[in-house]
Amino acid sequence: MNEAAWAVGRVSGFVALFLFTGSVLLGIASRSGRPVFGLPRFSVTLLHRNVALLGTVFLALHVGTLLLDPLARLNPIDLLVPFLGAFRPFWQGLGTVALDLVLAVVITAFLRHRIGQRAFKAAHWFTYVAWPVALAHAVGNGTNGTDKLFLVSAAASVAAVAGAVLWRLSPTFLETARARQSLAGEERPR
Amino acid sequence: MTGSLHIDWTRCDGRGLCTELLATLLTRDDWGYPISRRGDGIRGEVPIAPGHEEAAREAVILCPKLALTLRPPAKSS
Ligand code: SF4
Repeated sequence: MNEAAWAVGRVSGFVALFLFTGSVLLGIASRSGRPVFGLPRFSVTLLHRNVALLGTVFLALHVGTLLLDPLARLNPIDLLVPFLGAFRPFWQGLGTVALDLVLAVVITAFLRHRIGQRAFKAAHWFTYVAWPVALAHAVGNGTNGTDKLFLVSAAASVAAVAGAVLWRLSPTFLETARARQSLAGEERPR
Repeated sequence: MTGSLHIDWTRCDGRGLCTELLATLLTRDDWGYPISRRGDGIRGEVPIAPGHEEAAREAVILCPKLALTLRPPAKSS
């Protein structure tokens, strides 16, 4: 039973990280306002949301099983306050930070229509902190975090996300960027 | 019992989700902003044709800028 919890705890952590990487990429893609791989814009948005929620489910599984597992020596307080852990407290603390940021992002996303665009957006920026922190947690805390295969896929994820962020910062990121730029200086039509 | 879809131009960024979901009612201008296909009435007030209520509701939920709201039908019509 304990071994099963340990195994599920580890694998679900990797799956959650993988899904969050996909969700970050899909989120940036949907922000550009473009269809992706032939998917209409609303599908990209829905996919971004659903992949993120699935990642959150695996994150809950990851934390939940390790909470039950005596080997991991995880205390409920570790879910809220980082860097108190018994085992590699710094790297585990990064996991706590990522978990709390993800919860903030998910809860504000659910309440978007109630709390308004500004608060939703403010919390959504946390993903750009949560994702690298979660990746560092996986490398530093995971039993297989420094395996060659994992490090290679981690490097590939970093490259993909960094590329997407650079694209997001580029002047032609928005689908309508060109049309709107040619209008620069003039009044935007309503 | 169909109302209209109100577009808040201070929020809309022309991301085109509503124009996909309501392709028969809306089209996009050159800058990506939605316009009513019927081309009549006020630009930010799109009458929802019967059968499109569900899609309109979806658009309100999914609009990335929270720019859309549903308005009940005007009393006179
Ligand atoms: S979905 Fe929202 S932001 Fe996008 S074009 Fe429609 S109203 Fe504007």
